[in-house]
Amino acid sequence: MLSVYYAYMVEYRAELVFWVLSGTFPLILMGLWVEAAQGNQFDLSPTELVQYFLAVFLVRQFTVVWVIWEFEREVVEGRLSPYLLQPIDPAWRHFFSHVSERFARLPFAFLLVGLFLLLYPYAAWLPSLGNLLLGLLAIALAFCLRFLMQYTFALAAFWTERASALEQFWFLLYTFLSGMIAPLSLFPDAVREVVLWTPFPYLIYFPASLLINRPNHVAQGFAAMVLWSALFWGLNRWLWRRGLKQYSGMGA
Amino acid sequence: MERYWKVLRLFWGTAIAAELEYRLNFLVTALISLGGLVGSLFGLFLFYRTGYEFAGWSWEAALLVLGLFTVLQGFAATVLIPNLNKIVSQVQQGTLDFVLLKPISSQFWLSTRVISPWGLPDVLFGLVMIGYGGTRLGLGWADYALATLPLLFGALTLYSLWFMLGATSIWFVKIYNVTEVLRGLLEAGRFPIAAYPVAYRAFFTFVVPVAFLTTVPAQTMLNQGGRGWLLASALLATVLMVVANRFWRFALRFYTSASS
Repeated sequence: MLSVYYAYMVEYRAELVFWVLSGTFPLILMGLWVEAAQGNQFDLSPTELVQYFLAVFLVRQFTVVWVIWEFEREVVEGRLSPYLLQPIDPAWRHFFSHVSERFARLPFAFLLVGLFLLLYPYAAWLPSLGNLLLGLLAIALAFCLRFLMQYTFALAAFWTERASALEQFWFLLYTFLSGMIAPLSLFPDAVREVVLWTPFPYLIYFPASLLINRPNHVAQGFAAMVLWSALFWGLNRWLWRRGLKQYSGMGA
Repeated sequence: MERYWKVLRLFWGTAIAAELEYRLNFLVTALISLGGLVGSLFGLFLFYRTGYEFAGWSWEAALLVLGLFTVLQGFAATVLIPNLNKIVSQVQQGTLDFVLLKPISSQFWLSTRVISPWGLPDVLFGLVMIGYGGTRLGLGWADYALATLPLLFGALTLYSLWFMLGATSIWFVKIYNVTEVLRGLLEAGRFPIAAYPVAYRAFFTFVVPVAFLTTVPAQTMLNQGGRGWLLASALLATVLMVVANRFWRFALRFYTSASS
């Protein structure tokens, strides 16, 4: 399954380049923060900020998820039905198509990071082996968690035709609270305390800070990710069973 | 000319009537824009929290830029995006033929066919933000009036860019990802251009003219920056409009309809 989808994705290489480029938001903010940090009014130096945002860019590239748009169409157009007959849960099909897409976009993402390192040569860094492994694990978990969350919202498509509105709202929270616009250490303390209880910082901030060798509360972070994943897994399966009844009830 | 007005009224009347069937959607979109607004304010606040300022831009002035950005975002969601999506699907299904046969400019037809009121909350919130920032800075009606000119040029620039992108769908058919790239780059307009490092500034002025969309109107409102920028913005808008029109005619020469 993985290799089939990989071949499929590689066929659309040009398209992939554009998808990689559309994730430039962290790089734009990088410019702002680096310029802002020149005056030393913030806790982080420009070098650290460049590293942080490049890491954010990479993490974001590996955790992009779009399952809700596909699933919504399948339900609304009734194309889900044939997949239900197959002996494998349709979720896995989506999951593997996402995973293989990651490998296809890998080279372009690194190319872009390389380009920005030319712009800021002083920021080049390598994560230590331990942090790299932990970081990769965190990225994998972050991707799974984000996929689970979005797939759970996608299941709302059984009841409403605009399930993607849920995701749009969730995405706003994700954009502003995950550490994509600024490292969490620059948030006001009170806000940070609250945000750390939500799943968002573990999707971007946590893996990114592992990659730039500034780990903190590692065990706690992984625990939070596992907990949130378990929660959404439960919700997801429950909705799936309820939804299927609803779906057949619609006469599709 | 009068004929175009009449057609426009018909287009938009039907489009709004169709959209109003989904009133709950309007509420949802308004909520999403409100959320986006709070988020953008929070993002801006993070910079100003410790007393740092974007070079030459006070908190209120930065609010003006953010407000202008929100207004343009609403404009794009109301007019540009729905029409762009229509161009793509018409090329895909070959129904563009019918448009080309109509006795009015095909560019006009394609750019104004639908309107979606869902961008209006954004326009409203943007105006509120401009009003708040402007009042705190003591701006008068004359300043706002003067700023509508570059804002109009900005809107035209934005339109031309979108329309040219839409025209490329004649060759590439699937262009959603390209529009996402443009949308991603336009996000830079949330902040005054002076806040960026030099390389970024050059890129966002000369390659992707983000500076002309939000920073120049805000500068005009604040009576900074001089007439040169205003002139450049007018020039850019005119040139891009002409280029967009030419480009569309050029693209049409390659259009061979679906299945023929």
